[in-house]
Amino acid sequence: MTTATAIFPNPLRWALGLWRDQKHRGTIIQIMALVALLLFIGIIIRNTAINLQALGLEIGYDFLTEPANYDINQHLIDYNSLSSHLRATAVGVINTALVSVCGIILATVIGLFAGILRLSKNWLVNRIMYAYVEFGRNVPVLLQILLFHALIIHTLPHPRASLSPMDGVFLSNRGFYVPQPVLEPAAWAILAALVIAAALAWWFAGHAKRVQENTGRHYPVFTINAALIIGLPLLAFFLAGRPIGLDFPQLKGFNYQGGMVLRPEFTALWFALSFYAGAYIAELVRAGILAINRGQTEAAYSLGLKPNWTMRLVILPQAMRVMVPPLISQYLGLIKDSSLAIVIGYMDIVATIGGISLNQTGRALECMSITLFIYLSISLGVSTVMNWYNRRVSLVER
Amino acid sequence: MRSLKFIALCAALASLAAGGAKAATLDDVKAKGHLQCGINTGLPGFAFTDNRGNWQGFDVAYCEALAAAIFGKARGNVKYTNLTGKTRFPALASGEVDVLSRNTTWTYSRDTDLKQTFVGVNYYDGQGFIVPKSLGVGSALELNGASVCIQTGTTTELNLAGYFRDNNMDYEPVPIETNAEAIKLYQAGRCDAYTTDASGLAATKAAFDSPGDHVVLPEIISKEPLGPLVRHGDDEWADIARWVLNALIIAEEKGITRRNVKRMARRSGDDAEANRMFGNEGSFHEMLRLPKTWARDAIAENGNYGEIFEKYIGRNTDLGLERGVNALWTQGGILYAPPFR
Amino acid sequence: MKTVQQQYEVGRHPDLPPPLVERGVVKWVRDNFFSDATSIVLTAVALYFLYKVVPPFVEWAFVDAVWNADHRNECRARGEGACWAVLRARIAQFTYGYYPAHLYWRVNTAFVLLFVALAPLLFEHVPGRRYLLWFSLAYPVLAFFLLWGGLGLEPVESAKFGGFLLTIVIGVTGIVGSLPLGILLALGRRSRLLIVHTISMVFIEFVRGVPLITLLFIASTLLNYFLPPGTYFDLLLRVLIMVTLFASAYLAEVIRGGLAGIPKGQFEAADSLGLGYWKSMRLIILPQALHISIPNIVNTFISLYKDTTLVVIVGLADPLGISRATLADSKWQGLSTEIYIAIAVFFFVSCFAMSRYSLYLEKKLHTGH
Repeated sequence: MTTATAIFPNPLRWALGLWRDQKHRGTIIQIMALVALLLFIGIIIRNTAINLQALGLEIGYDFLTEPANYDINQHLIDYNSLSSHLRATAVGVINTALVSVCGIILATVIGLFAGILRLSKNWLVNRIMYAYVEFGRNVPVLLQILLFHALIIHTLPHPRASLSPMDGVFLSNRGFYVPQPVLEPAAWAILAALVIAAALAWWFAGHAKRVQENTGRHYPVFTINAALIIGLPLLAFFLAGRPIGLDFPQLKGFNYQGGMVLRPEFTALWFALSFYAGAYIAELVRAGILAINRGQTEAAYSLGLKPNWTMRLVILPQAMRVMVPPLISQYLGLIKDSSLAIVIGYMDIVATIGGISLNQTGRALECMSITLFIYLSISLGVSTVMNWYNRRVSLVER
Repeated sequence: MRSLKFIALCAALASLAAGGAKAATLDDVKAKGHLQCGINTGLPGFAFTDNRGNWQGFDVAYCEALAAAIFGKARGNVKYTNLTGKTRFPALASGEVDVLSRNTTWTYSRDTDLKQTFVGVNYYDGQGFIVPKSLGVGSALELNGASVCIQTGTTTELNLAGYFRDNNMDYEPVPIETNAEAIKLYQAGRCDAYTTDASGLAATKAAFDSPGDHVVLPEIISKEPLGPLVRHGDDEWADIARWVLNALIIAEEKGITRRNVKRMARRSGDDAEANRMFGNEGSFHEMLRLPKTWARDAIAENGNYGEIFEKYIGRNTDLGLERGVNALWTQGGILYAPPFR
Repeated sequence: MKTVQQQYEVGRHPDLPPPLVERGVVKWVRDNFFSDATSIVLTAVALYFLYKVVPPFVEWAFVDAVWNADHRNECRARGEGACWAVLRARIAQFTYGYYPAHLYWRVNTAFVLLFVALAPLLFEHVPGRRYLLWFSLAYPVLAFFLLWGGLGLEPVESAKFGGFLLTIVIGVTGIVGSLPLGILLALGRRSRLLIVHTISMVFIEFVRGVPLITLLFIASTLLNYFLPPGTYFDLLLRVLIMVTLFASAYLAEVIRGGLAGIPKGQFEAADSLGLGYWKSMRLIILPQALHISIPNIVNTFISLYKDTTLVVIVGLADPLGISRATLADSKWQGLSTEIYIAIAVFFFVSCFAMSRYSLYLEKKLHTGH
């Protein structure tokens, strides 16, 4: 009898023993979690299948190749109402990417300026920046988008009375029109010049750095490189016989035709997103600068560096290290906030595949899954790149 | 492959179970004690709130009539869910609302692909354009190159694309979520023309500071039969929804109004059709599983079709719509209810 | 020691008060506005900006504004300024949505009690804090019955909720509901158990990788498909579920940050006391981690609170939703600017107050170390 209990112990006690053993307990919890998860997913799939069956609907992505039948005002690739839903999605993705990239650049610029000015000794300026930062952070971004849109639509004049600060540039509530460059075949020369200039500038920067490290001599790198990058293509432009023409916008009928246009929806979204994210970035910049020990500034001064050099060479590079991780999440936030485009009718991902396509085809499950997939890819892509950068600039601890 | 089979198996099992459970929307409605009606988030004349927050309008009145037909009176027996162009079909399909009365156009694919049942037409509409008089435009065919404001998620968007494509014209679509926003953009001059259903254009024009400065162009570029709809799969419920609407139209034909309906329902004289409808002859109400007084109660709620029309969108309202094609067939329109027999 | 009699020029004696240009307003103005060329330029630009923006706005919003009118046209007839009359006419809807008027007292009570429940959580020196904490714990249940009815109170359906009431309901439910879930996710993500870790991480990264608006669309269009046939939740409930899941992912990261801030010694100390995982977490680690995360939890709440405005896109009657319904009334068409500004002011005031509080907490935590 005793041997039997030893071989087949009380199952309850055996289980309790397993549970008390930390290693086994971990495994049990893991298995339980996995089973719970699979069960949960299974139930959802089952419910969905049942519900769809009851409604007589089927899941399928075939509709993507059918004509979308609707028009999109801003499309950077060829698109008309006979194009497919897939192409409409692509247009949406490009529009999201466009406003996100522009927004990130402008938000960074605004944030950098506002953050530095916020520390300015000029009382008036730092109060204004304070007001900006607090307004920007404490009003919902959706409202800011609506307000910017209303502002553009209501304060700018009608196209027939548009403001024209320069020849060929028109500002109205239909958008901001500028001449569009038209490339002729010889334009490749300019591109080549630009590439050569960039290569030269890269080499020169490296060279200057080496010289400075070895001898302490300092070249005006920025000025020389700027001259290179602007000058060489300009030279090529004239040598090649001005191969870039300009297509001027002209008032024809209801609207301007030709040229390039920034639509009010794009502008409002762009400004609002930048304004909102800029306020947060300003605080990051300020915190980043304040986090740098005052001794760093004093050390730089005692080396004889001028104040703006101190900022550029000593403070900002160090501040960047503190700022990058929160900056990444600001950028990701901006990309995600661009989905609010829908309230003012900017045709981004949510408005095309997640909006009109969904409405017109009624395929909610398919359209939403595509939308989610695109946003997830963007977010993961951006955070991968930024994390890589973050690892590069982070302090190597010794 | 295996997971697909699993899904198929589940679906097959479920359809057996669902077949019995789904059939009776009427029983569900009676059990929960109210009708859940899907309406617009705000459209002048059709669905709007008064200063006290009560929903009113042409589409809302239909919900009230339907609720009254089931429960005897609408007050307290009908609840509203505000739906956008995007959420309306999923809400109906998932059972969140029992009926959708939200100026929805009856189209082929909504009927077949989306699996909805349209129970009739309560407003024959068509898509038109409104433009400022100052543009000097007399026809939609002169709109080449114009910016046009549209509400997204509607059939208007597709009609617009088709119309300009067919006529080889260019335009800049300015899509916007709600009617109110679209009007705002049009007034601010963001677009040259605003396109929506003609009823909406009338409402829009009426609300302008100076309606005389705007013209509705003569072209009607589409057919927009608007009506209430229910889910596929419950024909009994669809019949109820359909015949409440028909009862309102028949009532107008017969001159039965909100005021005289009680009297008419008691004694409809020699009018056999009215007698059948009010349960004085035969027991037609049993075929719908509704109380005997259903037609009387539905009409008593807001009056007959004509009265509802005049109250919310007719000539004496801000919208000021003429009956036009929505007049009874006996009066030059195309409104025509099948006979009650 | 020979004292040196120093001679001073007139006006240079150190005991004299500083000259006029070196003190008082004059010095302040010079130091703050005209200290150098850049500063002068900045001042000029700033003054020009203020001159261009402030007077026209004040004129529009206050001088020419109309506060009392029954109709938009009445406003327009009386002046070019803002037509605040629309807010006067609809203030009840902007506050309570379509909540029955005779039951407003229940909303008001719940709102006041919210602060009673919050006080012991937010401030340490509250009389009777120990008992009040029990009240805080019971508050969600109490608020539920007050707002939705039941237990003898007249029931109110979710569709009647709207305006700022809805904003606060969504914001508070989101943060309260996401706290336990967020803690579990944070612990899961730090866990050494591979599967638990992976599940938590995938969930957090998924939710943080997509915009809230897409989650709301799932709530409005898809969630009912995922439920067993025949059951469905009303839209507000579905939105609350999604908002809670959304907030829990963000909160998990905040709490994870708090956990990372606990010195390793604390974990080792808990281990050496022989405490198991849950006990050491509950008694030693989490109290400290939560305490240092409070400022960030408040910040998460602020962004969630601002994000509640997105529910208008799925058709809920938050303040922006009420503004849609209001603008659909032909009496008040075209007054969106006034309404948006009023809503912006409301959000600004409440968010600003909350962010001040979170700053105050941060300062307090810093001096503690």
